[in-house]
Amino acid sequence: MAPVQTRRLRHGWSLDAEGLDLALAAARRARGTSLASHAWRRLRSDKAAWRSLLFLALLVLASFLAPLLPLPSPMAPRLRSEPQPPVWPWVQPYDERFRPEYWDLHALDAWMVAARVELFGALQSGPWLGTDAQGRDLLSRLVWGSRTSILLALAAALTSLAFGVSYGALAGLAGGRTASLMMRVVDVLCALPFTFVVLFVLVLLHAPRDAALSARFVSREQVLFVAVGAAWWLTMARVVRAQVAALMRSEFVQAARALGARKLRILWMHIVPNVLPVVLVQLALTLPAVVLFEALLSFLGLGIEPPRVSWGLLAADGIEALNPLRIYWWLVLFPALAMGSALLALELLAGGLRGALDTRGHGEVA
Amino acid sequence: MRRFLLRRLLWLALTVWALITLSFCLMRAGPGGPSSSERLAPALEADGAALYHLDWPLWRRYFHYLGPLNLDERGLFGDRSRLLGGALCGDLGPSLRQRDFRVDQILAQSLPVSIELSLLALLGAIAVGLPAGILAGLVPRSRADVLLRTLAMLGTVLPNFVIAALLLLVLALWLRVLPVAGYGSARHLVLPAIALGAPFAACIARLARAGLLEALARDHIRTAIAFGLPPWRIVVGHALQSACLPVVSYLGPAAAGVLTGSLVIERIFAIPGAGSQLVGSALAGDYTLALGVTLVYTLLVYTLNTLVDLFYPLLDPRIALEEP
Repeated sequence: MAPVQTRRLRHGWSLDAEGLDLALAAARRARGTSLASHAWRRLRSDKAAWRSLLFLALLVLASFLAPLLPLPSPMAPRLRSEPQPPVWPWVQPYDERFRPEYWDLHALDAWMVAARVELFGALQSGPWLGTDAQGRDLLSRLVWGSRTSILLALAAALTSLAFGVSYGALAGLAGGRTASLMMRVVDVLCALPFTFVVLFVLVLLHAPRDAALSARFVSREQVLFVAVGAAWWLTMARVVRAQVAALMRSEFVQAARALGARKLRILWMHIVPNVLPVVLVQLALTLPAVVLFEALLSFLGLGIEPPRVSWGLLAADGIEALNPLRIYWWLVLFPALAMGSALLALELLAGGLRGALDTRGHGEVA
Repeated sequence: MRRFLLRRLLWLALTVWALITLSFCLMRAGPGGPSSSERLAPALEADGAALYHLDWPLWRRYFHYLGPLNLDERGLFGDRSRLLGGALCGDLGPSLRQRDFRVDQILAQSLPVSIELSLLALLGAIAVGLPAGILAGLVPRSRADVLLRTLAMLGTVLPNFVIAALLLLVLALWLRVLPVAGYGSARHLVLPAIALGAPFAACIARLARAGLLEALARDHIRTAIAFGLPPWRIVVGHALQSACLPVVSYLGPAAAGVLTGSLVIERIFAIPGAGSQLVGSALAGDYTLALGVTLVYTLLVYTLNTLVDLFYPLLDPRIALEEP
């Protein structure tokens, strides 16, 4: 920092014109820690949250690159008399029937499958986590099944971002009677026992067996996506509204207004950066709830339908395979472990985010 | 107080009305009817249509379903021997798939089972979670605290059907101390109640621990310690009450959550409760039964939340009854 020219006056320190310029230049050069970098550093110092973040990143990567991995087919059945326990053999030859005809892959996935055959040739992993009753590899099904959860979580995150945030922000900015009316609607919707209503909607849109009819109606999966989106913007709207309303009343926003700042400027400079942490934390709390909800519906046979895979379906398979004669423990344990570790990581990450983004330690309005 | 209750009642009525009306419209729009899954002789089909009043105009069906006036042969337009009926009078119409049963009959049989299981799970969760949380709060950062917190973390993170599956695997199939599934004796209810209550026990323990730690850090507790009160009197007499506040306010959502959770648990353990009926009706496309169960659960959850809100100011006089 350049030394600032100062002159002693009777009542304290003052700057001459040159000194003022220098001081201003120095102030412009000085970089404070922004909220984001501060939060990032705090998140990195929180070991549990950081490891969870890494784990989740790995999970997302694995599920996206699932077709590239040398795993056995998650769909093609290999009929044996009963589920195979882990783990023998470690490696097995590539099965030509990787993709049964009822399994439609997207172009990108199909390309990745082709690339995988190029890469690994006639090699694939053995039943590291055992196989299910139809001889399908459990590890492969877990990896492919994670795609469903991640996709749904993304959908919920996007709707709650797009719809919930704008709804809550509008209500918070409008204030007064409009806001209370808008929030009343949210209150009524929140008071409904959500799972039951979704089940009920699924009954109403229950796709008939008739193929000609079913073309006219939406599939279960679409209903699931809509339901998930419809449910998770509510809390987001509430949280955002509360925060925006509190910010609008805060002194620094009033000061900005008194200084003649335009509404848009206040919104962009003061409201958005202060709402962002709350939104992020709420998002992190939404994700495990969505994953759980999908698992629950699929578990009941009302969500994802076979032959597609999801973690809820795998858990249901595990329970179905329980019998008093032979205990197929891997069919129960590994889906439970997968779901548990992913949800635990999400939970820890949400806690870490909340700690890292807590602006009270940063000298700002919470 | 009275105004608060009246307002709540008004909102409840509005919610229920919206649910019924919306679902009535959706039922009309949705595919399938009472006999869509079978081929019937035209005469039989007409019979079925008469039973479900498919030959009526739309407005009449709507008001007949909604109530409180009965619009069929015995009601307003007939001989008026049974003037009241419809959903508002607790008559939810015939089930679409379970022939010869009305929805209220099915609910009367299955709802007590669900409530018994849910109550057992909730009481168990309180009985386990509260002492565990208080214990952990009394000795923070000790080994017991770390153990309890890890358990609580697992309990909140694992979905209840995963817990149920693991319990089944270990207790029912491996050690064979408890029955696998079914309903009838007290032993049959142990596993479902544990699986259903475990997440809530974990949550209650966490809340109680945090509440106790916060309460023990307050000024009046410091004063009590300075006066030389014995520790148990400080905890029991002064800290516990405010430590329990978050737990009490959590009971409303917890009750709703237990009812929701019982959907899955009833399914796993083959318990003939309302949750099983709802899932069954969802799988079979039984509109009226599904709507009936949904309505009853909405009513239950709403009532429970209102009760908790009423109870809360008794524990914490600073909080006045007010709509948020």
